Amino acid sequence: MSKNKYISTLTNGLFKENPTFVLMLGMCPTLAVTTSAINGLGMGLSTTVVLMLSNFFIGCLRNVIPDKVRIPAYIVIIASFVTVVDLLLQAYIPSLYESLGIYIPLIVVNCIIFGRAESFAGKNPGLLSLFDGIGMGLGFTGAITIIGLVRELLGAGTFFGIEVLTKIGYTPASIFIMAPGAFFVLSVLTALQNKLKAPSATNVEGSGCDQIACGGNCSTCGGSVFVSNKGMIEKAKAEADAKAAAEKAAKAAAAKAAKEAASKEEE
Amino acid sequence: MNVVTELILVLISAALVNNVILSQFLGLCPFLGVSKKVETAAGMGVAVIFVITIASAVCSAIYMFILDPLDLTYLNTIVFILVIAALVQLVEMVLKKSMPALYKALGVYLPLITTNCAVLGVALTNVQKYADGNLMLFSIFNGAGTAIGFTIAIVLMASIRERIEHNDVTKSFRGQPIVLVTAGLMAIAFCGFAGII
Repeated sequence: MSKNKYISTLTNGLFKENPTFVLMLGMCPTLAVTTSAINGLGMGLSTTVVLMLSNFFIGCLRNVIPDKVRIPAYIVIIASFVTVVDLLLQAYIPSLYESLGIYIPLIVVNCIIFGRAESFAGKNPGLLSLFDGIGMGLGFTGAITIIGLVRELLGAGTFFGIEVLTKIGYTPASIFIMAPGAFFVLSVLTALQNKLKAPSATNVEGSGCDQIACGGNCSTCGGSVFVSNKGMIEKAKAEADAKAAAEKAAKAAAAKAAKEAASKEEE
Repeated sequence: MNVVTELILVLISAALVNNVILSQFLGLCPFLGVSKKVETAAGMGVAVIFVITIASAVCSAIYMFILDPLDLTYLNTIVFILVIAALVQLVEMVLKKSMPALYKALGVYLPLITTNCAVLGVALTNVQKYADGNLMLFSIFNGAGTAIGFTIAIVLMASIRERIEHNDVTKSFRGQPIVLVTAGLMAIAFCGFAGII
């Protein structure tokens, strides 16, 4: 039974709640580094490592971290692991480090990691969170590798750097590996999802905040975390105030009653 | 080239040539999410200009006076993200106290900016690009330029989207896909700036 739980958590991230295709999270790296399949794969695996480690640690520490400072605490944990991955890549795979550049440190602000920390790891034990991290990370890796593959095939005619389409007389449309191509590929992809009625954050109506929606699922977006946290603190404050006021009123009433009783006795 | 020309070039290249959204894909979430109306887009843009410029200045100062002298540059990412998160809170508090009108206009966007990758991205590129020169000055100009580029892109996008609302779009392209196509066309237009510097 318990084994099943881990496996279902794993496949949940891979398919049912795929972070890129279904939840529409982490769009910046999805578009920016998918100029080739190998870049997508490298980015995906780096993100997976960070996601696994941060999910595991946050899952383990969730009872130690006070609720009100959980966001800075998560940020420190995530940023530490990103730094570790950043330095490891710089030392061992310098070519990938060069081509991914600024986007490695930017894993810190990837909504997937923050979203999972907030919506899963903060509520579940370490090991289960680790599996969620693996599932989500591999789902992300698969998705951006596929996007990278498509863009590389159309834009350069190669498959993981091996010439394929150019050999059979295809002229690469280099726009696909430039910036506009990223938008076009993603738009066709989401349109396909709409057409096939596949579940996706973008075609679910009424996510709650139309004004400042983050394009996708609001409840797992990092920004809304700050808003909801602020709301929570304010609510707690208001509750405390109301409680204090009620106590005061009760005390005053009690004092009044005592006084009245005393004056009655005197009579 | 004297410093003034260089600074102007930095500003233009950050705003137009290397547009933060359309060629670097940073800050995509607010670009897609907050671009339904020109008013809200402009509000977000102003908030971003405000925060990125201050964050660039503060982060480069921290790098110059604390991290670099102490050989702690590997802590860049951790320090910068914390500084930015704290800074956004601080800006929010200061605005609430001293400029309630501005706070009312920008308030809702400020918390969302913390997770805007453009802010961290600019802070990190600043220290990579300008570490040997006049870091502080160039960072502020690069930050401001980037933020202006963001504002231009998001306001343009919002105006286009307001028009799209009334058009008859194919059913499966309604919503996000048509916005992405528009963004792609805008990106092509911005490719035209590539040659000017």
